[in-house]
Amino acid sequence: MARIVPRTKSATVNPLKSSQPLGAALAFLGVAGAMPLFHGSQGCTSFALVRLVQHFAETVPLQTTAMDEVATILGGADQLEEAILNLTTRANPKLIGVCTTALVESRGEDLAGDIARIKAEHDEELARTMVVMANTPDFHGAIEDGWAAAVAAMIEVITQSDRQARDTRKIAILPGWNLTVADIEHLHDTVESFGLEAVILPDVSGALDGTVPDDWIPTTYGGTAVDDIRKLGTAIKCVAIGEHMRHPAEVLQNLTGVPYVLFHSLTGLKAADQFISLLSALSGVAVPAKLRRRRAQLQDTLLDAHFHFNGKKIAIAAEPDQLYQLATFFVGMGSEIAAAVATTDTSQILEKVPAEMVQVGDLGDLESLAAGADLLVTHSHGRQAAERLGIPLMRVGFPIFDRLGSQHKLTILYHGARDLILEAANIFQANQQPPTPERLDLIRNREMKDDLHSSPLARL
Amino acid sequence: MSSLSAKILNLFSEPACERNRGKDAKARKKGCSKPQTPGVAAGGCAFDGAKIVLQPITDVAHLVHAPLACEGNSWDNRGAASSGPTLWRTSFTTDLTELDVVMGHGERKLMKAIRQIKDAHSPQAIFVYTTCVTALIGDDIEAVCERAAEQFGLPVVPINAPGFAGSKNLGNKLAGKALLDHVIGTVEPDETSPYDINILGEFNLSGEFWLVKPLLDRLGIRVRACISGDARYRDVASAHRAQAAMIVCSKAFINLARKMEERWDIPFFEGSFYGITDTSEALRQIAGLLVRKGADPEILGRTEALIAEEESLAWKKIQAFRPKLEGKRVLLNTGGVKSWSVVHALLEIGLEIVGTSVKKSTLEDKERIKQILKDEHHIFESMAPHVLYATLSEHKADIMLSGSRTQFIALKAKIPWLDINQERHHPYAGYDGMVELVRQISLAIHNPIWREVREPAPWDSQTGAEEESPSTKCETATVHALNKCAGMKPNGFAER
Repeated sequence: MARIVPRTKSATVNPLKSSQPLGAALAFLGVAGAMPLFHGSQGCTSFALVRLVQHFAETVPLQTTAMDEVATILGGADQLEEAILNLTTRANPKLIGVCTTALVESRGEDLAGDIARIKAEHDEELARTMVVMANTPDFHGAIEDGWAAAVAAMIEVITQSDRQARDTRKIAILPGWNLTVADIEHLHDTVESFGLEAVILPDVSGALDGTVPDDWIPTTYGGTAVDDIRKLGTAIKCVAIGEHMRHPAEVLQNLTGVPYVLFHSLTGLKAADQFISLLSALSGVAVPAKLRRRRAQLQDTLLDAHFHFNGKKIAIAAEPDQLYQLATFFVGMGSEIAAAVATTDTSQILEKVPAEMVQVGDLGDLESLAAGADLLVTHSHGRQAAERLGIPLMRVGFPIFDRLGSQHKLTILYHGARDLILEAANIFQANQQPPTPERLDLIRNREMKDDLHSSPLARL
Repeated sequence: MSSLSAKILNLFSEPACERNRGKDAKARKKGCSKPQTPGVAAGGCAFDGAKIVLQPITDVAHLVHAPLACEGNSWDNRGAASSGPTLWRTSFTTDLTELDVVMGHGERKLMKAIRQIKDAHSPQAIFVYTTCVTALIGDDIEAVCERAAEQFGLPVVPINAPGFAGSKNLGNKLAGKALLDHVIGTVEPDETSPYDINILGEFNLSGEFWLVKPLLDRLGIRVRACISGDARYRDVASAHRAQAAMIVCSKAFINLARKMEERWDIPFFEGSFYGITDTSEALRQIAGLLVRKGADPEILGRTEALIAEEESLAWKKIQAFRPKLEGKRVLLNTGGVKSWSVVHALLEIGLEIVGTSVKKSTLEDKERIKQILKDEHHIFESMAPHVLYATLSEHKADIMLSGSRTQFIALKAKIPWLDINQERHHPYAGYDGMVELVRQISLAIHNPIWREVREPAPWDSQTGAEEESPSTKCETATVHALNKCAGMKPNGFAER
């Protein structure tokens, strides 16, 4: 069990976190015809927007209530009302996802009351638009908290609570934010190969998958249909992926009685086996030959690539569930976790991370803990630390703004594990340090701490 | 060209070779080059053998006179390391075309190639390698080299070892002969000392000689020429002024060592830097030979002190792995890091040797291995792939140490494997190298993927499902089992 070391510094140095509302916006972006709306000042939105656009290389619909000085003093309800009505007129969205920010939450406004009042007063204008609000103050949590809050809010507001007839071919999947567009597409395909249908909420594969729509659409152009969210209660089973999805899954269970199973990670042979077995059991269909083949391919990749991971020291900084996902992945390949830094201490999963300790902190912490590691694993902002430490960087999570296509990388089930293994192994290979007489002169180096790098002799 | 067969015959009459001495006159005349059997042959050709032992000379341009395949399909594939020049890694070939061959343009093209390399790269020397096609069409490479050397004022050395001449091993020997005929003794060193030695047959793979050199430095012993790991042309050319020599890979350069002893009175011994006892023995022998040649005998005492210190340190480090490795079974299947002293070190920490190949071992090695293992059944010449696969599949070993040729037999049998041949990426020489070898064995055996890959798919093994703990039973569930665990706490899947 990992020891969790809370943040003690006053100054965060090179932040690791992205804020909660950004995570909520990301979740709303996985719904068809959605328009996330930040209730805060303009900057809250524009900073998040720039990050999202850089990461996905897509236009991202994201609006703001543009709280000004007067609204900040007198209250933002009017701004919120105006924003919702304007959006409805201009973009005709199926869903407006309100993400609160630190500004309005600090004011302590009765936001739920505001929303209820706006809905009641404008039921005609809002007849075809759902308004869902997630409480996501920036001063608490990070991306995964915001994402989970938005999903839970959508279920609470949209999903019909009356017990309905179950559709035995339908399952609900609540993926964590750390699953990529490619992962979600892969989940659809895999579930379908058992003759089942998956309603995935949120489904970023429809909206942030980098296609070119024929028309200009002001909202998201794909994702989970609002109507499917409404009927989530007809699924026979709910699969939640990541500890942060436990709460939304419980909300769904309490509301509709749909039982859930929770996977902490779908990356790796064993996790994939469990998921595939579940699908096979739910559908009564034998595991298709194609999946068996993929399993064997992963086995072969494990065999071919494990040499590169043996004894390597890995430094990871990520959101809690992703930290767990990647740490277990690397440890499973024979590496050890030299440093584990998490964004927040809000998750139960942290103590399960296979590291001696998990530091809640920033990239500055990563940089000071990672000296001597063989690989840094974090988002693009880790590049400065990587440069200073002379350690290669594997980019994961959000934001990834200096590499293209991060949303198209597969990270789950057999093929995702295979791809991750190959990516990391190739980084190791690309960064082999050629031997030099100085590095191998162990007599000279004996005074120096010789357990800094994985081995003074290891080149792989 | 007519001299090639004579050269080869001459190479095989090797009085310093114990194998050769053991043969009768007729067998000796036949030489030790076993003709390769078409259809079941494996291993490199003579060109390959010559190239791999000479290429680590770092400031030389190595020019392969051939159609593309000889160089194009083989370059940049060796793990030797250089502490300076990188020219040796640049690939040069005349890349002969059909027209060149038909029209006999080979020699002219070669001359032009030499000029081009000299102009663009200013190498210390150029080595020109003959190959099957250029030997066949009768290009007079020696003449071209002589002419080029005159014209450009730089050593241009013909390496006459076309692939068809024989095995890789023969190529090693032909390369040694080329050094003897054209390089060694052509340059006089600026200064000499009674502590100068040559190391022959050490290629500095993964830089592993740098694990050994600091030991020699500590004793005040200077490596005049290491042939050919991290070597410079000048050092090789002045190698005749060393006081003593050690042959590391005895098969490659034994002729060279003996001829150098004849010609320049440089005594030599065969030794190895693999294994703790072997490393100590090598240091002892070097010191002994130097003293024999007139060095101050006080070096013997210093050598013993260094050995004692390093050995105890290395054993201490290795013992740390004992709890992890005791009782693990090793299959050694290699001609590479093979000597009995490795076997000795592995046994010392409680590993069990369930088999060892002695295909490339000397008679003496075989004797020693027999004595250590006390069981002849564990010694084999070589194993057919399907036998090897079966042996490994039945889990008769916990790890196989071998070269990359049998890598995938082990991996497909889901057995840990460690590369201990020339393509390896970890240095294993000297005291610290042995510690590293043990560390790598431990890492390989204990990698968590083994348990994972050996596990059958849950849907293929119902018995496996029953053995699982209740909280994870639904992982491998059938519909029935799933219904049974549907009432269980929902995070059944999350607990692993």
